[in-house]
Amino acid sequence: MIHSQPAASATRILAGLLEARTGQQIAPSRYWRIQTALAPILKTQGIPDLDALVAVLSDPENEKLLQESLDAMLNNESFFFRDTAMFAGLRAEAFPVLRERRAQRKALRVWCAGSSTGQEAYSVAMLFDSERDKWLDWKIEIVGTDISPSVIARAKTGRYSQFEIQRGLSVDFMLRYFAQVGEDWVVDPRLQAMVHFQEDNLLKPRADLGQFDIILCRNVLMYFAPETRHIAYSKLERSLANDGMLMLGAAETVMGHTDLFSATREMRGLYCKAVAGRTGQSIIPPPLL
Amino acid sequence: MKTCLVVDDSKVIRKVARHILETLDFNVSEAADGSEALDQCSRAMPDVVLLDWNMPVMSGMEFLCALRTVEGGSKPKVVFCTTENGRGHIQAAIEAGADEYVMKPFDRETLHSKLQIVGCA
Ligand SMILES: C[S@@+](CC[C@H](N)C(=O)[O-])C[C@H]1O[C@@H](n2cnc3c(N)ncnc32)[C@H](O)[C@@H]1O
Ligand SMILES: [Mg+2]
Repeated sequence: MIHSQPAASATRILAGLLEARTGQQIAPSRYWRIQTALAPILKTQGIPDLDALVAVLSDPENEKLLQESLDAMLNNESFFFRDTAMFAGLRAEAFPVLRERRAQRKALRVWCAGSSTGQEAYSVAMLFDSERDKWLDWKIEIVGTDISPSVIARAKTGRYSQFEIQRGLSVDFMLRYFAQVGEDWVVDPRLQAMVHFQEDNLLKPRADLGQFDIILCRNVLMYFAPETRHIAYSKLERSLANDGMLMLGAAETVMGHTDLFSATREMRGLYCKAVAGRTGQSIIPPPLL
Repeated sequence: MKTCLVVDDSKVIRKVARHILETLDFNVSEAADGSEALDQCSRAMPDVVLLDWNMPVMSGMEFLCALRTVEGGSKPKVVFCTTENGRGHIQAAIEAGADEYVMKPFDRETLHSKLQIVGCA
């Protein structure tokens, strides 16, 4: 029996479509993941293989199936307090500074761009809630956005499997902030009230999300090509207050990727808007002379 | 190098846990039940104990309560690692002096983050 190689050109086409719509690149060495990711769709649609799928998707009538296919190809991995040390740093370094800066307004807005199934946004909510006495009568608003409708729908439920709930979350926070419902764990309504989720593509001009004091964009831009990464960074920059902060993933840096942001002295992975000619800025502005 | 004592009556689980812990740079020893584990602790206290709940001879809870009363027994971090996944069990374990709780099945990422939480990784 002669089987063509698992649709070498079909995988390339699908990877191309994914990049064009989302910015996410898949390295050819990881093309095998496309087959795995799309297997359930092939099955439910009764489509024999990826070649046939590509043929079906080339019909503009099948836009919805195309979107579902791209959605299935996205890497949505996430867990609570991913890179624990960075969340500890956020609380220790960034929060006190912002608390002082916004002392008049008593309002803070946080954006989790590429929030996947919600663990990151709820982690931030737990950080605030765990020091509630400091934020009494503050309005803390956390907005999670993602290009994938399916992860946004899941994030909104705030419901996690046993496997998901213990990834990164301490047993203390699990008991404090989640109720057990059957085998699953559901987030406390108090946290849910701080967080809201909506669809948004980082490559499109932003939906009206307003300005933010902290933006987390973690493990999203690392798979972007340089040109698309630039588009995303300018969107982040426009959405960040001039004295706000950006936090990337532990393995990410802006160095060599954008000059819109520069590293802060206080914390690795925390950035602020670049001031021409200055590097290694402090999040704490220099004293007025 | 930190030391971890894996206490579980299942040889397979011990092997899996050992493998993960070794990739996390732990020096691993094993015990098949609570009393064997107590013996080992009386000779040298590990930094962390990864503890099953249901075991013959001496259960995880009995071991934990005994450990916390012996000299030096407050030092090891105790991470329960069990199929018992009800809120009540988890609360009871924490009240008895456990530091963290992992529900089986678990993977490397989960175990790693729990060990970080107790300050051992
Ligand atoms: C690997 S997850 C990271 C989730 C979370 N930030 C974390 O670090 O745990 C990356 C997420 O980015 C989303 N994403 C990818 N491209 C995007 C785009 N162009 N706009 C918005 N979200 C995007 C994916 O759908 C996915 O949910
Ligand atoms: Mg057992």
